[in-house]
Amino acid sequence: MSIQTLMYIGGRLIKGAIVLLVIAVFNFFLIRAAPGDPAKVMAGEAGATDELFLQQLREQFGLDQPLYYQLWVYISNLVQFDMGITYRQQMPVFDLIMDRMPATLLLTGAAFLLSLLIGVLAGVVAAQKHKQWADSFITVAALIFYATPLFWLAMMAALFFSVYLNWLPSFGMETVGANLTGFDRFIDIMTHLILPAATLGLFFTAVYARMTRASMIETTRMDFVKTAIAKGMTPNRVTYRHVLRNALLPVVTLAGLQAGQLIGGAVLTETVFAWPGIGRLMFEALFQRDYNLLLGVFFISSAMVVLFNLITDVIYCVVDPRIELSK
Amino acid sequence: MKPLLKVENLSIRLPKGADREFAITNVNYELMPGEILCVVGESGSGKSMTANAIMGLLPKAIQVETGAITFDGYDLVSLEEHRARKIRGNRISMIFQEPMTALNPLMRVADQIGEVFLIHTELSKKQRHERTLSLLKDVGLPDPEKMMSAYPHQLSGGQRQRVMIAMALALEPSILIADEPTTALDVTTQAQILKLIKELQEKHNTAVMFITHDFGVVAEIADRVVVMEKGQMVELGEREAVLNNPQHSYTKKLISAVPPLVAPERPLLAESAPVLTVNQLCKTYSTGGGWFSKPRIVKAADDVSFELHRGETLGLVGESGSGKSTVSRCVVRLLESDSGEILLGDDPIQALDAKALAPFRKRIQMVFQDPFASLNPRKTIGQIIADGPIAQGMPVAQAMQKAAELLALVELPATALDRYPHEFSGGQRQRVGIARALAHDPEILVADEAISALDVSVQAQILDLIEQLKQRLNLAVLFVVHDLRVAAQVCDRVIVMQKGRIVEAGVTKQVFEQPRHDYTKSLIASIPGADWRSGKTTGHAKTLEKAYA
Repeated sequence: MSIQTLMYIGGRLIKGAIVLLVIAVFNFFLIRAAPGDPAKVMAGEAGATDELFLQQLREQFGLDQPLYYQLWVYISNLVQFDMGITYRQQMPVFDLIMDRMPATLLLTGAAFLLSLLIGVLAGVVAAQKHKQWADSFITVAALIFYATPLFWLAMMAALFFSVYLNWLPSFGMETVGANLTGFDRFIDIMTHLILPAATLGLFFTAVYARMTRASMIETTRMDFVKTAIAKGMTPNRVTYRHVLRNALLPVVTLAGLQAGQLIGGAVLTETVFAWPGIGRLMFEALFQRDYNLLLGVFFISSAMVVLFNLITDVIYCVVDPRIELSK
Repeated sequence: MKPLLKVENLSIRLPKGADREFAITNVNYELMPGEILCVVGESGSGKSMTANAIMGLLPKAIQVETGAITFDGYDLVSLEEHRARKIRGNRISMIFQEPMTALNPLMRVADQIGEVFLIHTELSKKQRHERTLSLLKDVGLPDPEKMMSAYPHQLSGGQRQRVMIAMALALEPSILIADEPTTALDVTTQAQILKLIKELQEKHNTAVMFITHDFGVVAEIADRVVVMEKGQMVELGEREAVLNNPQHSYTKKLISAVPPLVAPERPLLAESAPVLTVNQLCKTYSTGGGWFSKPRIVKAADDVSFELHRGETLGLVGESGSGKSTVSRCVVRLLESDSGEILLGDDPIQALDAKALAPFRKRIQMVFQDPFASLNPRKTIGQIIADGPIAQGMPVAQAMQKAAELLALVELPATALDRYPHEFSGGQRQRVGIARALAHDPEILVADEAISALDVSVQAQILDLIEQLKQRLNLAVLFVVHDLRVAAQVCDRVIVMQKGRIVEAGVTKQVFEQPRHDYTKSLIASIPGADWRSGKTTGHAKTLEKAYA
């Protein structure tokens, strides 16, 4: 890696840190702007509505302090990588998020790879069979999945594959109480993974398929493809060596966008399928007005977006020699 | 001698809805070993069709209707695809017009050339590398070792075309098809590429089918010439015969439309105050640059000064990147210059804000290069022409009346008023562009490559129109042009630009006959077919010159 590339990445990381700080401040106010009081929620759950108890709770979490002071405490802790303690579980926010991270990454990562693989493949096939029935089929299917709301699809999939066919489990990440180990546990998790990952990935599969198809058809009309044919190449070779690589450039951009949502983008799916990940954690934190936890999840999600933007740009520069990392 | 390739009664059908039924009809010609056959025609003449049919590059919707293309005992029209692939790139190869897009942007030069060996030979990786390297040397690329691992975007247009040629000649094919290979290149680069093709052709005794629209190029390299018009082959003969004694009326028309390279004697203009004065104009472009890096700076105009008088055509000539278009755009304030003075008459306009500039805009108007992109497709011709005067406060009825008069002036029918741009040809659209510029009764007309997108016969008509209008309306014309033949014919004075600087300026005849600067000399020497129609030829060409003048 050249010194310029490292300088560029360094520069981007500094810019990213500044962006994150601004986001953190913004998030702080956004959450405070929403109605609700964490102390009341907690007191309500404890069955106590006594004003003194509420006051105590507020003092305990620093909620009685003026807003600017709370912000100051939050930000100064954050820059020391301390995200605070959750109100409810009384655990460090960071630990709790890290605890849930593997489940989410497994789900979103599987959905990501699956959609990329199937989407690009379907796009290539559609482009090659341009204006034939396979193309029409893929295009229409992609349009349907693109337009269907995710949560509805999730519920229908659960209904059909779990309730009706009884092939796949409809919730959770592992069979409760089975205490499986080793390979059996892996298989168990995988069968639990299929439905949520497929549901989550379907939208992006459709997007990738449509984009790859359009991009392939456009690239096929380019002059260098003519050059390749004039060399005496077989059509398959022209497609894979010359068309596909060029056609995938816009797909990389999109994949970068999806990768940015690896942490924060699975709230709906995790909720429907009771997947014990960060999305569900966030969903619960929202109802409990657990400010620290919410802010923590927001922050980690934003950091992922910033990070994956950078990674996308670096990948782009690797796959497209025309782009230099120097701006 | 037996012909290498024989095209017999070839007809190619166009899809329904095209402007004619057949792309080409009953084309017959032969390609002899070791000769350069030029296929000439204007756009839409079907001159590339046969070549594409030979290479199997016809779009799916376009089919060979009848006829045969015989090569080495095979009929390329009916040959099975897997056999045709063995010929393509191996025994017949092709280079294309646009070097900027003809190479895969994501693959290294060596890999793209090496692919030819990979497909057609059993050479090892090392052998492929060696052969590729020697090819790069053969086509005269600088630093071939380094060139091997370069990507296309790191090369200039000329260098890319050399890579294409290396690729095409990799397996020493018996036929090289060159489809307008120098059209997108600057004149000095074009001269180098033509020389290279000729040298390699002689060295390997390759037969070349060279497709072009430029009779200068024909005069430079052809042995024999085929002339195509609207899908018909109208003339076939030896170069000297076709160029100097054309038989068919279309060939005669085409050749007479090529401006001779002799600047005619022009009457000296009476001394007058300049209508446009440019003093020490500077414009730099910077690209890139950010937190950690310095921007790349290009000086597009560097200390440019000139004057323009009424009734005068001043040519701004130079190759791409010389800054000639930048200067013209700064002058009409489409671009902001960095420093320097622009005076319309006595009024400095370079620093005026949009509101203060508005009344001056009327006095200097522009005609653009691309007649297809420069007219709003959703407006009628009448609206396009009348828009400017209406914006300047003219009542709508009066502006439309004026648009009708202007259409008559540029020799378009009055019925054009309510029609849309797509209904017109390139030449007609350029007439609309001129009418739009004249709608303001300007003193100065800036024509930025206003004819370079047009076919040669249409070019001549538009040039003629501009000349007439200039005289009738006593205009001053700033003519940005890369074609020196055109500059020689239409300009009173020329300014030669290189890399943003003026290297030479003077009366056209003087600059062409006694160029002082080395760059001007090399430009003039690079014009293809410079000897043809330069006054050195005799007979028919001479009378044609008279006809053109």
